[in-house]
Amino acid sequence: MKDRYDVIVVGAGPGGSMTAKTAANAGLDVLLIEKRQQIGDPVRCAEGVNKVYLKEYIQPDPAWISAEVKGSKIYAPDGAMVEMSEKLAGAEVGYVLERKVFDRALVRDAALAGAEVMVKTRATGLLMEDGFVKGIKAQHMGEKYNIRSDIVVGADGVESKVGRWAGIDTTLKPKDISTCAQYIMTDIDIDTDFCEFYVGNKIAPLGYIWVFPKGNNMANVGIGITGHMSGEVRAKELLDDFVQKRYPGGKVIEFIVGGVPVCGTIERTVANGLMLVGDAARQSDPVTGGGIFNSMWAGDIAGKVAANAIKHSDVSAGFLQEYETKWRAGLGRDLDMSLVVKERFTRLTDDELNTLAHSLEGIDLGSVTLIGLLWALFKANKKLLWDLRSIFKGIKEIEMEASVEVNS
Amino acid sequence: MTVKVNRFKCGYCGACVGVCPPGALELIETWIEVDKTCTDCGICVRICPVGALEVQK
Ligand SMILES: Cc1cc2nc3c(=O)[nH]c(=O)nc-3n(C[C@H](O)[C@H](O)[C@H](O)COP(=O)(O)OP(=O)(O)OC[C@H]3O[C@@H](n4cnc5c(N)ncnc54)[C@H](O)[C@@H]3O)c2cc1C
Ligand code: SF4
Ligand code: SF4
Repeated sequence: MKDRYDVIVVGAGPGGSMTAKTAANAGLDVLLIEKRQQIGDPVRCAEGVNKVYLKEYIQPDPAWISAEVKGSKIYAPDGAMVEMSEKLAGAEVGYVLERKVFDRALVRDAALAGAEVMVKTRATGLLMEDGFVKGIKAQHMGEKYNIRSDIVVGADGVESKVGRWAGIDTTLKPKDISTCAQYIMTDIDIDTDFCEFYVGNKIAPLGYIWVFPKGNNMANVGIGITGHMSGEVRAKELLDDFVQKRYPGGKVIEFIVGGVPVCGTIERTVANGLMLVGDAARQSDPVTGGGIFNSMWAGDIAGKVAANAIKHSDVSAGFLQEYETKWRAGLGRDLDMSLVVKERFTRLTDDELNTLAHSLEGIDLGSVTLIGLLWALFKANKKLLWDLRSIFKGIKEIEMEASVEVNS
Repeated sequence: MTVKVNRFKCGYCGACVGVCPPGALELIETWIEVDKTCTDCGICVRICPVGALEVQK
């Protein structure tokens, strides 16, 4: 460890590793710290990711691909099913990852690009001078260190403190976090080609249950419920209820818990000498809770903006605003849309959810995108889903129709 | 008055840390620590997926 770097990245999840790799590739002197001693362990994820997007940032490797899936099946409370899939053989749309291996591969890539990596190293505060972040306070193996840098990137996940230390309030309200529990199960009857989702206010209040195939007769079986529904009943108990009914003879071979931000965009993600990336910037999707790709995508932008800022010797919030503007332009609209969808769907009764599922009976959704699915639902249930009308503004009807009818 | 962590239940996921208004909680590798800024608001207790937290009066 040196006492000074161009950039210090706090947290070696997908967001932090991508930031560190991009910044190191641009020639910066980078330190990537992670408080855990093993990258990515314990996993806090259902491990589903869109495979086409992912390829832009990392070469697919069988070592971290547990399974490939063709699409999703969503089950309404009465069992009615909506399928979204790629019909063409060999056109799998998603991976179910092995995140312990995946996250480590991303850290390796950052290290190979030239970043220095330190595990079992925790940021405990920021060094501040004249309103600028100038580095971090850290602890490693019980020793305290001050490490200086021109830029600090907070990629410290759902429990992020880096933003708060710099005066950005990232505290999540109970309704802004999805609280989750998940088993890896084996010896169960699963559809190996599809990710399954189960919705309903009784089984998963303001959330859903997922079953993602992991290959070799294993699956991630998990639940996420919105925080303010938790308390009297909890994610783990609801998961146990589901598992007992759905997979009575199934065997649990791993258990994890976690929280995902589902608040949508926050007010700001930059300060003087500071950027926030991934779950720390609350960039995960409010409906799906997906954040792997979002964090990598934002990390790549943050790494590039860091390089530009150092080159121009200007790390002020004004200069780093480039990061804020770029990520909002690419991702902000999706997150805003998801928030509208979340607000509406979380107020639907089980009967209404059933109605929605039945309204799509006989419609071939083909390789539908999320917006295409929502459009199909909206057209068939205008009264129920009137609140969603704003999300279709600016998107040509033609595009949405096309995304519904591609393979029909 | 503070929050008590049942270390035998806790899965060290950090969810409670993300919701604590004064930032009184900290996930240190594999355990949760509570500092004296805790106001007993009970939010962390509510959202913990396994019920590992309890406000101690
Ligand atoms: C149950 C569950 C299921 C999910 N399923 C999916 C899914 O199927 N698909 C999907 O795309 N997303 C999913 N997500 C979300 C996804 O896991 C996250 O969005 C993603 O991991 C975010 O990456 P990140 O790099 O921002 O943060 P993380 O991956 O959380 O990484 C943050 C890292 O920072 C470290 N850290 C924190 N504080 C400090 C500190 N002070 N000093 C040093 N290091 C620190 C942490 O130890 C951690 O390793 C799920 C989340 C949960 C909880
Ligand atoms: S939310 Fe519960 S399980 Fe997660 S770290 Fe906090 S106390 Fe532990
Ligand atoms: S009770 Fe409130 S203040 Fe105390 S640790 Fe929990 S969330 Fe923080």
